[in-house]
Amino acid sequence: MTDLLFADATRMLAGWWAALAFDSRLEHGRHAILHPAGPEAGRIEWLYWLIFWISLAVFVFMMGGYTITARRNLSRVSDRTMVIEDEPGDKRSAWFVGIAVGITTAILFLVLALSVSAGRKVQDVPGNGPIAIQVTGHQWWWEVNYPNSEPDLRVTTANEIHVPVHERVNLILQSGDVIHSFWAPNITGKRDLIPGYSSSISFQVDTPGVYHGQCAEFCGLQHAHMGFSIVAESREDFDAWQRDQLLAAAEPTDPQAVRGKQVFLTHPCVMCHTIRGTDAGSNMGPDLTHIASRPRIAADTLPNTPGALGGWILDPQAAKPGNHMAPNSLTGDELQALLSYLQTLK
Amino acid sequence: MQAETTLSPDQQELDRQLRRVWGHPKGLLGWFSNVHHTAIGLRFMVTSFIFFLLGGVLAAIMRTQLARPESHLLGPDKYNQFFTIHGSTMIFLFAVPMMFQGFGVYLVPLICGTRNIAFPRLNAFSYYIYLGGGLLLWIGLFLNTGADVGWFAYVPLSGPQFTPGKRADFWAQMITFTEVSALGVAICIATTILRHRAPGMTLNRMPIILWEKLVISFAVIFAMPAVMVVSSMLLLDRLVGTQFFNPAEGGDVLLYQHLFWFFGHPEVYIIFLPGAAIISTLLPAYTRRHIFGYTPIVVSVIATGFLGFSVWVHHMFATGLPQLGESFFTAATLMIVIPTGTQFFCWLATLWNGKLLFELPMLWVFGFFFVFLIGGLSGVMLASVPVDVQVHDTYFVVAHFHYVLIGGALFPMFAGIYHWFPKIRGAF
Repeated sequence: MTDLLFADATRMLAGWWAALAFDSRLEHGRHAILHPAGPEAGRIEWLYWLIFWISLAVFVFMMGGYTITARRNLSRVSDRTMVIEDEPGDKRSAWFVGIAVGITTAILFLVLALSVSAGRKVQDVPGNGPIAIQVTGHQWWWEVNYPNSEPDLRVTTANEIHVPVHERVNLILQSGDVIHSFWAPNITGKRDLIPGYSSSISFQVDTPGVYHGQCAEFCGLQHAHMGFSIVAESREDFDAWQRDQLLAAAEPTDPQAVRGKQVFLTHPCVMCHTIRGTDAGSNMGPDLTHIASRPRIAADTLPNTPGALGGWILDPQAAKPGNHMAPNSLTGDELQALLSYLQTLK
Repeated sequence: MQAETTLSPDQQELDRQLRRVWGHPKGLLGWFSNVHHTAIGLRFMVTSFIFFLLGGVLAAIMRTQLARPESHLLGPDKYNQFFTIHGSTMIFLFAVPMMFQGFGVYLVPLICGTRNIAFPRLNAFSYYIYLGGGLLLWIGLFLNTGADVGWFAYVPLSGPQFTPGKRADFWAQMITFTEVSALGVAICIATTILRHRAPGMTLNRMPIILWEKLVISFAVIFAMPAVMVVSSMLLLDRLVGTQFFNPAEGGDVLLYQHLFWFFGHPEVYIIFLPGAAIISTLLPAYTRRHIFGYTPIVVSVIATGFLGFSVWVHHMFATGLPQLGESFFTAATLMIVIPTGTQFFCWLATLWNGKLLFELPMLWVFGFFFVFLIGGLSGVMLASVPVDVQVHDTYFVVAHFHYVLIGGALFPMFAGIYHWFPKIRGAF
């Protein structure tokens, strides 16, 4: 029995370490406040460590004081008589308390000054960046729009935000239902998406890469699976991505994919999803015009492989119980056709 | 019993009347009609301790679920119910009823030297309404109607549109019941301390624990109405069709957060100050001397009571409020460190010039020093807006407030129970 328990515990620990080591989301600190990828997160990290070291020094001083005092003044348990009040000792203690409170106050002023000045640098005045991106939180996915005065130049995508490196980006944050919170720790602090309010944050990414973000305000059943990624790339790559995204879906040529398009248009898929260039134009769910260009599906929950996508289409409630996508009953042929069509949507 | 026989018949009659008015009535009906403060105080302690154990079971199940990624021990629905009920139980059904109501109702009349608490029936009513609220929440959980919207139940998630059914109604009703209970006890305790002290016990000679209970009572009187208003507004939105929190009809979801945290942060001090009161009471008993710095400690406690009402926005830094306002709340939050630090330094000075008896309650007191200090220092990090927007709503905050509550409430509670248990048992 104990052997069994021990084996179980070992296996659990091993699984845990494997998950830590190999989960791609944690790889290279893709979701970590202490691996900043831009000036905002860098500034915050600096402040974080500063307050951390001050706190540690205070902790060591106080606990050292308590421990040393306790050892110095330990008395026999049997002796319960009152100590004669030590007047000079109490006078010295009064000085100690006064000076200690003074030093504490000085440290607090320092923390306040640094915190406010860092805050002014981090919370930049919104509206001064060249790139504006509108992010709308939904239960449980992220709608991403790149507004443009020309309707033809508006990019719409989901759960994936592309930004060019070394440029200021403004996010305009809104919610479609309940309160969500936009948080990509490598880039900047979080900001709530509040129904009835529109708020904005601005940031800049300096290190190219793919960073993970997560909804940080409890928003219901699938809150834990409401992730997104921020893809920071060079200006050329960003422009190329934007050009691709602006294109309407390519007309399929492969007969299997042609059939898949018919499956899409004759099944409930069209009730919620858009594929620009076809008759599917509902905006209840994520825009699928370029779904094959996105490496992950279901709000950064599953990899975008035919297997995972097929499983998701048939029974989305298995991977994310409670989400708003209904199960679909498709025959094997229909599913294969649909998958090959979706794979053409680069 | 021997002494009674020597009383004259008149005296015996007086004695009988005195016992009838002030003693514990007998029998089953007597059990329910008992309004004696020691009985009610003990019931608060025992009931809240049972809720504490139940909440702890939920925590254990949740930690098992979280022991490995993507575990399927609990589905999302059960998990959401468990963490909501765990949080609500620990805050509303354990921490406040144990630290404020339990210890307060039991100890305050004894320390004041009065026969019973002021308004004993209101006090007994407060217990029963608290019990009703707690049972409501837990019966809900067992009927799969446990609240699943988080322990602060932000709208619109907890509103009629996104949480249909009865789950959030149970939660909101529990809040109203338990806060009426805290409010009733606060009135009893404040009145007892201000009106029923033994002759000669002037305010400036009052034991520190009475000062703390007085400050907490006033904090409760000012803080609890905010959360009762907000839980009633939520119920009205859900059941009557008002639109307080519906932005489509001109309602405001941030109003909920302001009202909730205007209660929620003083609540932290309502939980922590009784703990500090126990530390300030136990230290002299185990260092063989008077507490050092009576006046600074009392002033600190009063200052904490006031400052506690000016920090609530640090729970809302991520909502994007104006920067000047946020800086004010950063400063106010940091300022709390000064009175709390003063108390820590005074306790250290008490130890420095005393002779320490390292008995069992002192182990808990030293546990308090270590664990609560970690909670307090991580609280300083949370006061800073830029750091807060990174760590807000993450396990940093979960760790922070568990350090604060376990260090600041649970350890002093055990210290107090071990210290006063002979009294509760009737040994002296």
